[in-house]
Amino acid sequence: MAEEFSIKDKVCVVGIGETEFTKAGVITRSEFQLACEAIVKAVDDAGLKMTDINGICSYANDRNEAVRLATALGIPDLAFSNMQWSGGGGGGSASVANACAAIVAGYAKNVVAFRALAQGQFGRFGQGLAARSDRITGQAAYTAPFGVMTAGQNLAAMPARRHMHEFGTKHEHFGAISMASYKHAQRNPRAIMYGRPLTMETYLNSRWIAEPLHLFDCCLENDGAAAAVLTSAERAKDLKPRPVYIMAAAQGNGFRYGAGAHNGPNYVTTNHDVVAPRLWQMAGIGPQDVDVAQFYENFTPLVLMSIEDYGFCKKGEGGPFVEGGRIEWPDGELPINTSGGNLAEAYIHGFELITEGVRQVRGTSNCQVKDAEISLVVSGPGVTPVSSLILRR
Amino acid sequence: MADQFFPPGMPLPASDPSSEDAGFWEACGRHELVVQRCTDCGTFRHTPEVICYKCLSFNYEWHRVSGKGRIYSHMNVVYPTHPALRERVPYNAILVELEDAQGIRMVGNLVDCSYEDIHIGMPVEVCFEDHPDKDVTLPLWKRLDQ
Repeated sequence: MAEEFSIKDKVCVVGIGETEFTKAGVITRSEFQLACEAIVKAVDDAGLKMTDINGICSYANDRNEAVRLATALGIPDLAFSNMQWSGGGGGGSASVANACAAIVAGYAKNVVAFRALAQGQFGRFGQGLAARSDRITGQAAYTAPFGVMTAGQNLAAMPARRHMHEFGTKHEHFGAISMASYKHAQRNPRAIMYGRPLTMETYLNSRWIAEPLHLFDCCLENDGAAAAVLTSAERAKDLKPRPVYIMAAAQGNGFRYGAGAHNGPNYVTTNHDVVAPRLWQMAGIGPQDVDVAQFYENFTPLVLMSIEDYGFCKKGEGGPFVEGGRIEWPDGELPINTSGGNLAEAYIHGFELITEGVRQVRGTSNCQVKDAEISLVVSGPGVTPVSSLILRR
Repeated sequence: MADQFFPPGMPLPASDPSSEDAGFWEACGRHELVVQRCTDCGTFRHTPEVICYKCLSFNYEWHRVSGKGRIYSHMNVVYPTHPALRERVPYNAILVELEDAQGIRMVGNLVDCSYEDIHIGMPVEVCFEDHPDKDVTLPLWKRLDQ
């Protein structure tokens, strides 16, 4: 009924670009330069000129502001710029969705969405004010003085423990998610962990970060940038790359999910439980139709809970679902994180999962799912707000 | 000072005018645990906020609770994420569901228990740790024998 107000199938990704990815602190070029490099590559990949670009979107309070980029890149008329509020990596798909909205609304024609992250230059994302202040105010005043300061401690460790308690989820289940990312990274020369395979034994014997989180449950800390160019489906037909349609996009935040000191009502969900139904509704498909998925791994327990929240299995059954290679390429029913993801390719705040989702539809992934038509990207579980995309051929 | 849960140098709470939460920390100073409650519809909320999410009233009181609850979840922090914690890891952090505040939860530390003995459902009771030189008191937790 609201079809005319939907972005469904009206916008395409026509270009993607990435810098190299390294461990934090390795790249000496500035973060701003990384942003420029990724955008230049994405625009080039699309076969467009920089002067064709008139919109810029990002998320997670990216330091590289749209106007500085537009000025440096010589964009003649920046018609739209947008920053997705808060939510860290949860805003990744939303930055693409906001670009879609601008294009469908006629604000802009060709829009870049991007994320640049040089953690070596600016410190680790999510470290929080607590590490630098004697006094802490607001919601963090009810966690940080008790040694609960980081994303892992706040978003993942205690919800994971609760999930284990309620549903019998095991460390091996979290390990299966880490194993899938590492396995896929072995085929991806861009990946930080290329050439460094992981065994379940190594996973289980790895040190605790915050028990029940092992080292290998936690994402990497990296330098790099990634970008995508979006344009209308109409204009995409005239461009060289195979158009990758945005079949659906959704973003949001559930009732009181942002309540302080772990007072959100749905403790073992990722905030995607409210976004997923809208995503499926817009796309007109369901989880059974997905060929390949990128599930943002800030921490593996949140991947498991996202898989539940998107309805691939019932709440509580995420552990058994990820067993037995179901999430591994090439034979698994639902290969996830086929580039190695945040755990083993690079942590570019999940924008590298968007570019991988695009590659799967183009047929150019290092772990290419045969004839992949429907490609799901889930951004930043457990944060506020979160977002997701369905890409299709 | 030696019997404080964490070494000196940890960030301590300060009240925040934008969420009007001074009452919570003042009550801790009197060794009372309070939860903000809407005086129009009775809904509890934590962490404190200026408005009731249920009825949108700006009127509230600081309701004193029993200070008893059960562990809802827990973790054992091994990697130190703050300079003051380098010699203090590992330490536990717990999430307590209060028994008499509509399921309100609070984050804290269990002061008298090794991590191996902590389990979900364990009854606990608030205790208070004064920091007189900093004019602040933290609500911590101890085991409650049934």
